[in-house]
Amino acid sequence: MSEAGPATNLQGDLLKRAVTTRNDVEEIFLVPVLVVAVAIVLGGLIMLATGIAPSRIGIAFAALFTGSVGSIGALSETLTAATPVTLAALGVALAFRAGLFNIGAEGQILMGGMAATIVGFAVTGLPPLLHVTLALLAAALVGALWGALAGWLKAATGAHEVITTIMLNLISFRLVDYLLRTPPVQRAGRADPISETILPSAELPRILTAIDPNLRIHAGFLIAVVLVFAIHFLLFRTTRGFEFRAAGLNPDAARYAGMRSGLIVVIVMAIAGGLAGLAGANQILGVLDRASPGFSSNIGFDAIAVALLGRSHPVGVLFAGLLFGALEAGGRQMQVSAAVSIDLIAIIQALIIVFIAAPALVRFLFPFAFGKEARR
Amino acid sequence: MTTMAPMQRGAIDPNSRLRAVITGWVLIGLAVLAAAVFGLDSAGNATFRLTLPRDLVPLPNLVVPAAPFAYFVSAILAFLGVRQFLRGGARWSSLSLGIGLMLAVAAFLVWTAAGKSFSLTGMLESTLVRAVPIALGGLAGVLSERVGVVNIGIEGMLLAGAFAGAVVGSLAGGYAGLAAAVAVGGLFGFLLAALVVTHRVDQIVAGVAINVFVLGLTSYVTSQVLTKYRFLNDAPVFRPIPIPYLSDLPVVGPVLFRQNIFVYGALIMVALATYYLFHTRHGLRARAVGEHPEAADTLGLNVFRIRYVNVTIGGMVAGFGGAWFTLGSVGRFDEGMTGGRGFIGLAAMIFGRWHPVGALMAALVFGFADSLQQKLAILQTPIPSEFLAMAPYIATIVLVAGLIGRARAPAADGKPYIKD
Repeated sequence: MSEAGPATNLQGDLLKRAVTTRNDVEEIFLVPVLVVAVAIVLGGLIMLATGIAPSRIGIAFAALFTGSVGSIGALSETLTAATPVTLAALGVALAFRAGLFNIGAEGQILMGGMAATIVGFAVTGLPPLLHVTLALLAAALVGALWGALAGWLKAATGAHEVITTIMLNLISFRLVDYLLRTPPVQRAGRADPISETILPSAELPRILTAIDPNLRIHAGFLIAVVLVFAIHFLLFRTTRGFEFRAAGLNPDAARYAGMRSGLIVVIVMAIAGGLAGLAGANQILGVLDRASPGFSSNIGFDAIAVALLGRSHPVGVLFAGLLFGALEAGGRQMQVSAAVSIDLIAIIQALIIVFIAAPALVRFLFPFAFGKEARR
Repeated sequence: MTTMAPMQRGAIDPNSRLRAVITGWVLIGLAVLAAAVFGLDSAGNATFRLTLPRDLVPLPNLVVPAAPFAYFVSAILAFLGVRQFLRGGARWSSLSLGIGLMLAVAAFLVWTAAGKSFSLTGMLESTLVRAVPIALGGLAGVLSERVGVVNIGIEGMLLAGAFAGAVVGSLAGGYAGLAAAVAVGGLFGFLLAALVVTHRVDQIVAGVAINVFVLGLTSYVTSQVLTKYRFLNDAPVFRPIPIPYLSDLPVVGPVLFRQNIFVYGALIMVALATYYLFHTRHGLRARAVGEHPEAADTLGLNVFRIRYVNVTIGGMVAGFGGAWFTLGSVGRFDEGMTGGRGFIGLAAMIFGRWHPVGALMAALVFGFADSLQQKLAILQTPIPSEFLAMAPYIATIVLVAGLIGRARAPAADGKPYIKD
């Protein structure tokens, strides 16, 4: 990797201090921007290859733009879609910082979401604010336990967290299937797997209904933003956060310095799981109002991409999450206006992961964009 | 565990002692389960049909009295469990556990089938069929992890193979589709190798990226193109090829010798891979690269090339396994139709301790659980089928955690090799 470049502005300075491994403006700003551009261009080429006329591709890209940032409604959709993926990605990023690979966000989202659903419809007679808080806490707690399970297995037995979290994902899929087919959770009178609808008091309130009652953006977005800064504070301003990062950079050194590595693993995975659980609660309490199979809709895997794109930095994760939210919202508009399948967005997201993980490819594609030192 | 054998014979290894005790408790728990649940709850006889309607040699049905069988199994399990606590019990841990689990499954089957009739041969047949993609996924994992490359992208490679098989198979016939599936699988294997070997991308990130990319691309093309041009998604299905004489044997015939090309192919590939990895010079080199790439390099082996070749072959195996989903069963591609089989293949690889035959055995166990799950829905047992479907994953966690035995990955697994 290249040497430290001069920080040009305040934010760059902030990020430079924060990202200890790749403290380079080019790395932090130029690479992600170019990566997203390349991925979108390749998406266009894929549309061309599947026989979509150039004029329709133009319409598709226009829809991608207007559907994500073109109007207040579009912005609201972008922020709504960005909320869960940002929350889950914060957890993945935190785990990355501590040297852990949390592939289990998908399962933690499901478990947290189910907890929120059950509290949402089964607990009655609470005032709205209390009820929604209780549902969120239940989701965070269950997600944290699900994450901590993988952490404990790693700390106690050395079982690799990648394998255990993959298995826990698969277990949670089946568990959710089972719960959704079993009466107390399954909606009365339905044969298909679908949960009871949560009570209105458990819904996350929409925050922009004063402008237009159809705007779906809800209080979950504010929670996500607050948590971004809370995790930033935890990582970079507290002793515990320093321990997390130390354990990620050099576990042996951290252990010799007297840090309890097992405890760190469990706590990090618990926080990561709790954040993913909140992401699940956001989907249930803010958007869907009920659980159905696959309500996690791959958010847990998108979160890995968002964490990578955001360089595992909370603020970076927020921006990357907004980008993914925009792609999601714009993709839906694209499907409507240009009849291009939203699955194209998944391709673009996968390309982003590949290019972000292999910065050499980006340098190879854009040799002129980088300074001499960085081009090595 | 072969690697620990010398140690066990000498001093008492505390780990194996602990394992023996845990195994003992597990066996006693199973014994209690067999007696209290299967024994008390069952009445009448369980009838197992051994012959399929088209068989030449009809066998009589196997009739097992349910309650006595459960108590019999319980007694054996209790005996095996107690002997784990006696002196030298540690040496019998794995064998006792294996026998104990098989007996427990048998007791479970008798319990579910009590008072009903149940086609055992049909179930064994579907076990083998369902094990095929898992075994091939696991084999792909073995080939690539033995050279030190973690392959999380097996799921994506299976899906790519399924898709290529369906589309090319619809256009140019089954064998062309199969060839295309193998080629596309190999292409993604090569891509993984290029990312992780040459560009040193984190191996797990690269695998995740392949999974997301293939899922997105195949789903996109399916909804964008295949729904419009339906003739592109209408592939021929490979029919079972009965092997002369052998296929007429009772029970064994339909299970082993009246299958399609995928079942035979998987069995042959497992045999070939075992021979290659453990009995040829190239296999030795591949394993050396996975255990200690620096030493292999010092001895003049080309670490990069060996990794490329093996990961690509692994991809081809996964592509072949992917074709099973379309050319081997339904003839059409559906979005995300592999449904996590690649991850179960990964679990099978760990269970099989990074050995092709082990992966096949584990895949058979998982295939059995899969086919049992289907049968349970028909037999209407009190156990929800979802919990049975979870069993392989829970078992994998238990194994990875080393609670009962421990699986050891190749030493250089997951580490990029940087040549000085």
